Amino acid sequence: MSKINKLISANCGVIRPDSVEDYVKAGGYEGLKKAFTMKPEEIIGEVKKAKLLGRGGAAYPAGSKWEQLLEIPEFPKYIVINADEGEPGTFKDKILLSQDPLRVIEGMTIAGYVFNSHDGYIYIRGEYRAIQKVFRSAIDNAVKAGYLGQNILGTGFAFHIHIMTGAGAYVCGENSALLNSIEGKAGRPRIKPPHLAEVGLFLMPTLVNNVESIANIPTIVLEGGEKYLSYGTKDSGGTKLVCLSGNVVNRGVYEIPFGVSLRDIIYDPELGGGIPNGKKLKFFHLGGQSGPIGSQAQLDTLYCYKALRNAGLSVGSGAVVVMDEDVCVIDYLKGVTEFFIHESCGKCTPCREGNKQIYAILCKLSEGQATQDDMAVLRRLIDTMTNASFCGLGQSATVALNTCWKLFKAEFEDHLNQKCPAQVCFTEQGRGE
Amino acid sequence: MGHHASDPNKIVNITIDGIPVSCPETTLILDAAKMAGIDIPVLCYHPDLKVRATCRVCIVEVKGQKKFKTACGNEVWDGAEFITNSPAVRQARKDILELILAEHPQDCLKCVRNTNCELQKLARDFGISKPQFANKPNPIPIEDSNGVIVRDMAKCVKCGRCVEVCQEVQTVGAINTAHRSVEYEITTAFDRSLQDTVCVYCGQCIAVCPVGALYEKDETEKVWQAIADADKHVVVQVAPAVRVALGEEFGMAPGSIATGKMVAALRRLGFDKVFDTDFAADVTIMEEGNELLERMSHGGVLPLITSCSPGWINFVETFYPELLPHVSSCKSPQQMFGALAKTYYAQKAGIDAGKMTVVSIMPCTAKKYESARPEINGSGYRDVDVVITTRELARMIKQAGIDFNKLDDQEFDAPLGISTGAAVIFGTSGGVMEAALRTVYEVVTGKELVDVDFESVRGLTGIKEAEVDLDGKKVKVAIANGLKNARQILDKIKAGECDYQFVEIMCCPGGCIGGGGQPHGTTKAVREERMAGIYQADRELPIRQSHKNPAVTALYEEFLGKPLSRKSHELLHTHYHPRHK
Repeated sequence: MSKINKLISANCGVIRPDSVEDYVKAGGYEGLKKAFTMKPEEIIGEVKKAKLLGRGGAAYPAGSKWEQLLEIPEFPKYIVINADEGEPGTFKDKILLSQDPLRVIEGMTIAGYVFNSHDGYIYIRGEYRAIQKVFRSAIDNAVKAGYLGQNILGTGFAFHIHIMTGAGAYVCGENSALLNSIEGKAGRPRIKPPHLAEVGLFLMPTLVNNVESIANIPTIVLEGGEKYLSYGTKDSGGTKLVCLSGNVVNRGVYEIPFGVSLRDIIYDPELGGGIPNGKKLKFFHLGGQSGPIGSQAQLDTLYCYKALRNAGLSVGSGAVVVMDEDVCVIDYLKGVTEFFIHESCGKCTPCREGNKQIYAILCKLSEGQATQDDMAVLRRLIDTMTNASFCGLGQSATVALNTCWKLFKAEFEDHLNQKCPAQVCFTEQGRGE
Repeated sequence: MGHHASDPNKIVNITIDGIPVSCPETTLILDAAKMAGIDIPVLCYHPDLKVRATCRVCIVEVKGQKKFKTACGNEVWDGAEFITNSPAVRQARKDILELILAEHPQDCLKCVRNTNCELQKLARDFGISKPQFANKPNPIPIEDSNGVIVRDMAKCVKCGRCVEVCQEVQTVGAINTAHRSVEYEITTAFDRSLQDTVCVYCGQCIAVCPVGALYEKDETEKVWQAIADADKHVVVQVAPAVRVALGEEFGMAPGSIATGKMVAALRRLGFDKVFDTDFAADVTIMEEGNELLERMSHGGVLPLITSCSPGWINFVETFYPELLPHVSSCKSPQQMFGALAKTYYAQKAGIDAGKMTVVSIMPCTAKKYESARPEINGSGYRDVDVVITTRELARMIKQAGIDFNKLDDQEFDAPLGISTGAAVIFGTSGGVMEAALRTVYEVVTGKELVDVDFESVRGLTGIKEAEVDLDGKKVKVAIANGLKNARQILDKIKAGECDYQFVEIMCCPGGCIGGGGQPHGTTKAVREERMAGIYQADRELPIRQSHKNPAVTALYEEFLGKPLSRKSHELLHTHYHPRHK
C-alpha cells in the first residue's frame, strides 16, 4: 500500500492555481455538477457515509454538523470556511489555498447549494497575504466561467464567496471568535450555547468548516461516501494532509491514507525520511501546539483517529513536529507556552494568567530555581486551565505540557536537581532566562 | 452541537450537591443552586448584566464530565448532577483567585473598596493567606485628571462589567477591552484620558465595578476644610435620592428613609445650614413647567426635554447636539440651589456670598462635572463649590465617628430646606415628569388635581408613556429610563416621528436612585426598594405639589418675580453646546 494517496492534493503544484480551465481539465467541478443532480439530504448522506471528521482539529463528524444545520428552519444561512490556519507546525491549508483554491471554492459552492445559502465567507489568516490574492483571482475566474456568482451553471442557484481576514490572531481559529472577527468585533470566543449552527454569523444559522474538510467535499460527492471511506480505516474515512516539520529529513505536506503508522510517517523514505544527522528521535508533537506529545514508544501507533486517541494522542490539525535527542523538553515547553501567552485572547482568567505563571515555573526549572512546591503548582495549573478555561484554546494550551509531564517526568525531576539531559539548560548556550 | 433552545415552561429535575431541585429548564445553575441554599461564589457575574463567564470563579463539577462548567454561564438540564463543593472545585476556584491576585497590587488597606470589595471577600472566604505566585502588579498609573471618575486599572480584574454597562446599558462606549493575553485590558480608545473620550461621567461603571479599579474623585477633604474654616459659611444641599440610599452604608435595608438622621448627621458634621435640593426641585418645576406651557402656547420647539440629569446633558451634547433646542434651558435643581443660595439666601441671611461655600450631596458623579461647568454659574461666584457623592458623605460620617443609627431625626433648615412630595420624587425615573404634571395640570386647568399619583410614569420600564388631559388639551409625555432608552426616543425625535410634548430623560437606569454615586451593590432589586422609599417619602409629605410650596411662593414674591422672569433667566437658566466627540 502506498503511503501517499493524493485524493485532494493531486492538483497541487500541477495546475495553475487560479485557472478554471486547468482545474476543469483536471476533473474539477464534476463534483458540483453531480451535486446539482442530487437532493441536499442525499449529499449529506454521502458525507455521513464518508465518515468525514472535521480536519481543523476538533474532529467533529462533518455529516452530523451538516445534518443539524439543514434541520434549522431560519434563513439566511451562512457558509464560513476557517482558513485561519495558525498552529505552528501546521501548513496544510496553505497548500490547498495557494495551489488548488478552486477545489475549496467548489466545496464551498456545494455546501452553499446544500443549505440554500447564498453567501460564503472564507476567513484567511492575516499572515497568508499572498494567498489571499491567489484566492481572489480564483474566485473572479470562477465567477467569469459561470461556476460561481449568479445563476451557477444555468441552475438559477446563486452563491457568492467573500474573503475575510484578521490582523493575525490564533484564537480566531476558534469558530465563534472567527465569526466575531468577520463581524468586525474583537476576535474573542462567544459564550455557548447558543451554538453557531443556530446563532452564528450575523446571528444567523452558520456552517463553519475547515479548509481541508471542505476540500474533501467535491471528491466525496463525486466518488461517493463509501468509496471515500475505503481510502482510510473504517472509523477514519479517507485521507489526511499531514505536515511534517522539525528534525526530520523531508519536511513538507503529505496526503496519506489513514492507517499508516507514525513510524512510517517519520521514517518512510517516501514521507519523513527519518531524523537528520543520525540523531535519535526524542519526541513528536502532533496536531499543533495545542496537541499532545508522543515518544519513541508510541511510534507504532497507527495514524487514525481511534488508534491515536487510544494512545493518548490525536490527529488535531495534522501537524507532526519531530524533535531529536538534542531538544530539552523544558526548553521546548517554554516555546509552546510563550506561544500561548502571545495568543491567548485574555478574556478568561485561567488562560490569560495561567500561561504566564506556567511560563514562570518553566523558566525556574530551566534556571535550576524550581522547587517541589512549584511542581505541585504546575500540576494544579494544568488541571485548572484544562478544566476551567473559557474556550478550546485555554483548555488545550496545557496538553503538550501535560503529556510531557507523563512521558518525561524524569526530565522535570532532573531539572529540579539542575541537570538537563539534553544539555540545553545550565550551559553557556542554554536558553535559560 | 445538537443543542436545542431551552424551554422556560419545561420543569427539569436536577441535583446540586445531592439536593434535588426542580426548576425551569432555562434556570442558570447559579440560580438553581440558590434554590438549594447554595451560594456559588461569583466575580464577573452581575445579576442585571449579561453573562460573560470570564472570571471562571463560579465553576462547578458536572457528574460524568471531566471539564467544569460555569454556574453563571450555563442553564440546567434534566437529570444533571452538579457538585459545587468538591475538593477539585474548591482548589480550582482558589487557584483562579490566586491567578488574579498575582496581578493585583494587594494594597487593600489603601483602597477605597476596603471591606467592600468583591475580590477581597472571595480571598478571605477562600482563606488565601500565603502567596502562591510572585506578586507582580502591573505598574499602571492612576488616571484622575478629569476630576470626576478615577481609574486605577492596576486593580482591574477584567470582569468586563463596566464595559457592558458603558456600551450596552448606556450606549456611550467610552471604554472597551483591548489587546490580548497578559496585555488584555479595559481601556479607552487609543488609551486616551477619560475626558478625551465620549464619557458622560454617569459613573455606572463605578456602580458595577466589583473592586477598587473605578471610583469617584474624593473631594471630602475640601468639605472638611471649608467646615473647619471659621470665615466660611458652609451650606449643604442633599439630593432626594440620597436619603433613601445613605442608610445602606450603615447597615439599613435599601430604600430605608433616613432623611431625619441624615440631616442630624450633616448638622453634627458642622455645616452651618442643612438645606434640601428638593427646594430647588420645586423651583425647577415652576420654571420648567412654565417653559413647557410657554413653548406649547407659542409654537416653541417640542418636545421639551428635561435637563436635570447632568450625565444626560453630556450625552445629548456629545451624541445629539442637533437636538439641543429641545432641551430645557432650566438648570438642574443642584445648580438652581447654588445660584439661589449665593443670591437669595445670602441676601436674606445677610451673608457675604463670597464667604459662602455650597456643598452638594449627590447620588451622582456627573454632578461633579456639572458644578465645574464655567457657563453654569449665575450668582457671580461658582454656584456650587463642592459636590460629593452618597458614598463620600458616608465616609465623612464614619470619619467623624457619628453613630448614624442612633441619631434622632432632625428637620432641614428654612427656607431652602422646605420642600414637597413633588420634589422628592425627582429622585427616581419618572419623578420629574410626575412633579411637572402635578403643577402644570393645576396651572392650565385652574382645577385642583384630585389624584396626584401618576402611576403610569412610575417604575423601572425602559420607556414609559402617558397622555394627560389638560381640560380637553391632550399632552403626550414620555420618560426614558437610562441612556439606551433615551437614544430610542431621540432617534424618533430626529426622524420627526414623535408627537410627545414633554420628555423626561434620566441618565442612570432608575434615575438618581440608581446613580453612579450611590452605595455599592445597586441592582434592579435595590433600585426597586429605593424607589419604593421615594414614593413613601412623597406620600408622607403634607404638600405634594411644587407650586404649593410656601417657601417657593415666597421666593418668587420676594426675589424672582415670576417664573421665566428676567431674574429667573439670569440665575436659573443656562445654555448647552455641542461637546467634542
